[in-house]
Amino acid sequence: MNIATTTVPGHAGEHHGEHYPGGILRWLTTTNHKDIGTMYLTFALIMFFVGGGMILAVRAELWQPGLQLMQPEFFNQLIGIHALVMIFAALMPAATGFANWQIPLMIGAPDMALPRVNNWGFWLLPPAAILLTLPFVLALFGIGDGALATGWTFYAPLSVQGGLGVDFAIFAVHILGVSSILGSINIIVTIFNMRAPGMTMMKLPLFAWGWLITAFLLIATIPVLAGAVTMLLTDRHFGTHFFNAAGGGDPILFQHLFWFFGHPEVYILLLPIWGLMPHVLSTFSRKPIYGYKAQVWGFIGIGALSVVVWAHHFFTVGMPVPALIYFMFSTMLISLPLAVLFFCWIATMWKGAMSFETPMLFATGFIVLFGIAGLTGLVLADVAADAQYHHSYFVVAHFHYALFAGGIMGVMTGVYYWLPKWTGHMYSETLGKWHFWLTVVSFNLTFLPQFFLGLAGMPRRIPDYALQFTEFNMISTVAAFALGLSQLLFAYNIWKCVKGGPKASDKVWEGAEGLEWQLPSPPPHHSWETQPVIK
Amino acid sequence: MKNLVRLAPLFAALSPLPALADYKWNFPEPVTPVARDTLNIHNEFMLIITILFVVVFAIMIYSMVKHRKSVGHQPAKFTGPTGRIQWFWAIVPFAILLFIDFVLMGIPAVHAIIDMEDTKTRADMVLKVTGMQWKWQYEYPEAGVKFISTMSTPREQIENKAAKGEHYLLEVDNPVYLPVGKKVRVLLTATDVIHTWWVPQFGVKRDAIPGFLRETWVKIEKPGIYRGQCAELCGKDHGYMPVVVHAVPEPEYLAWLDTKKAEQAAAAGGADRAWSKDELLAKGKDVYEKQCSVCHQPEGQGMPPAFPALKGSKIVTGPLLSPEGRIIADSHVDRVLNGKAGTAMQAFKGTLNDVELAAVITFERNALGNSKGDMIQPAQIKSLR
Repeated sequence: MNIATTTVPGHAGEHHGEHYPGGILRWLTTTNHKDIGTMYLTFALIMFFVGGGMILAVRAELWQPGLQLMQPEFFNQLIGIHALVMIFAALMPAATGFANWQIPLMIGAPDMALPRVNNWGFWLLPPAAILLTLPFVLALFGIGDGALATGWTFYAPLSVQGGLGVDFAIFAVHILGVSSILGSINIIVTIFNMRAPGMTMMKLPLFAWGWLITAFLLIATIPVLAGAVTMLLTDRHFGTHFFNAAGGGDPILFQHLFWFFGHPEVYILLLPIWGLMPHVLSTFSRKPIYGYKAQVWGFIGIGALSVVVWAHHFFTVGMPVPALIYFMFSTMLISLPLAVLFFCWIATMWKGAMSFETPMLFATGFIVLFGIAGLTGLVLADVAADAQYHHSYFVVAHFHYALFAGGIMGVMTGVYYWLPKWTGHMYSETLGKWHFWLTVVSFNLTFLPQFFLGLAGMPRRIPDYALQFTEFNMISTVAAFALGLSQLLFAYNIWKCVKGGPKASDKVWEGAEGLEWQLPSPPPHHSWETQPVIK
Repeated sequence: MKNLVRLAPLFAALSPLPALADYKWNFPEPVTPVARDTLNIHNEFMLIITILFVVVFAIMIYSMVKHRKSVGHQPAKFTGPTGRIQWFWAIVPFAILLFIDFVLMGIPAVHAIIDMEDTKTRADMVLKVTGMQWKWQYEYPEAGVKFISTMSTPREQIENKAAKGEHYLLEVDNPVYLPVGKKVRVLLTATDVIHTWWVPQFGVKRDAIPGFLRETWVKIEKPGIYRGQCAELCGKDHGYMPVVVHAVPEPEYLAWLDTKKAEQAAAAGGADRAWSKDELLAKGKDVYEKQCSVCHQPEGQGMPPAFPALKGSKIVTGPLLSPEGRIIADSHVDRVLNGKAGTAMQAFKGTLNDVELAAVITFERNALGNSKGDMIQPAQIKSLR
């Protein structure tokens, strides 16, 4: 991409006499994309530890057969809330935080297009997180019987039967959905209208492209989820029978609606990461991105396919043979655009001059481990073998390779990559490398054994298990605690970097390309007051 | 080497059972044609994806080693394939992938699906499986035999107060028997929430959905005892819903079926005689422990709010029947027979016989801290159905 800047606004923010409220009011009322991005990222980090704490309690219970720490009801609550917290309150806000910070910087815009919507989009999140977790607290006071205990999938009729935790989770999902849709509208409007002059869609940075597809997927699928949980709400309280066969409904209808949202959701979480990867790989390979157009079309292809494959999440419900074959082959077809991305990532590295700073370590770790997720996903698509994998720990391992290695490690890549730009300080490279290696080793030790547990026949979502599963569960539990503790290094490194550290240059990384690296580190309050012109 | 020997006790202390033989790395031994097919497909697929993984990441790791700044590699500038030869090599991997997806994996997969879903042709018998919180009911429609199978692992083992048995959590009071070498069409449904019937060695996993019938089939080739469990989160005791199948030669199966029939006839015959209160209380205690105590708890204290207490309950201590001898809406008898919609309280009318129903109702009214003093006869239940 050829970039010619007309101005380098290094002094913006001071000279137009705006007054910002101080203290808490600043954060409550801010409409600045950087402030809001920071709040999204901070919120995501906090919720990452909340969700992680829940699952460590689960892993502790699974250390040995028998019930040691908790009753099955509580166990069921922890697994479902863990998933909802990690997906909706950690991964999605982290990606939105990236978008807020980076999209204006990368496309040469002064701010997001709809700043007030942006503010509201964020401030909807804390109430939703409280709604999700409040039932745990209420139960301590004898109100209700705890949080949602159906797993994050809300399957009816189990969720029709559940206690007030289900209602709380339904409303939390509504609020989170509104927040996501507002964020998506803002991103789409910003990308379509506020690009620097000369930045055509085919010169748009890939990170923005990835987010653009995510935003469209969110707008397409969140309403379906909202509809499904609303139908569940009316089934629970207002006498409808959408999911009750006795009233002419069908429990499987819920699964169709849920996964019509749920499968695209996987790509909603991953597309921003796939958008980020080529930037990081190109920076640390000191070589331009390979196959830009192919990647754009890969994103579009995956986005389009993602809404027509949902039923592979419930092959065991007893579908007609033609439906099984259709959903199997359409799912397998996703491997093609995904392979395009892998090909381009590796080709970007090929014949570069690579160096392995922390973001590059996370990026390469991401590619390998996400490769495992992709390949096991390919075999899961096969209906016959899926009958064995489905509902077993094999699936648990698979989607943690997709969403921890693919999602969370991708977010970590972005944090290390952009943190010097955001704070103006370098983070500690030594701590970053320790964090990477501890994370990668303990992650694999946690989840590789779970593939074998699944093959041997251990169902997911059970608080207690047969003796033959003991050894692998012990390994998994020990490693999970190591994985959890390693993340404290991450938090500490960020904290240290925010507080101070060696000054980061504007470009930060030797091989960095793109508009954001032409701004000072940290960038001024309003990023591009005069838009750069792209040739 | 010496260091390793010195470290051996450390390894032994760190891992509970380090013997490799104890770890299971793949599917258990298949005993049906479907399971064998599944295992073959799985092994083939694992081989394919392992090769893909190794080849792709060997290229990447080669690049990571060779194309480093620290070894002085100068970065190239290309951004895409140029020229016919490069385009050719850029397209080849995708052609290979398409071939793998739709031919190498796709064709055996389609065959396996068609075979797996072939539930109707040449079936020798039917087994109906009904999932309910948290037990399985098995029914042999041709023979008219029907019974409930619940986990038999004692509570003490789960609570770590007793040593765990060999088949901890995978043992039941009434295993289901199936003849070896016969194609069994399995029909599945559920009474409350969705359950999933899964026996790994059969290669069969199928959801049991309330209000609908689903089907699958098994043809067991080898006698033995096969264990599995519910695979769909179905509430509190989802982890305690095992499936145990005894696969036996046909004569043995038929003999077992005859015993079951006789047992059932004896139980049904009991409905026509008058039962004494003590008899009902003894029988009722037995039924209560198997069917009710999971939720309402052994002492009847329940686990409110999801599972109400029976001790001192307004419903249990309310009137038994109307003066005309009919069921009163929302009364004790109504609840036990018809359940309560939208809760875990299921209708026991279909799963318990007249004697069991009369016994458990009588028991609940006169034990667990209740002392209504009244009783209901199996014959009354029979007429109320």
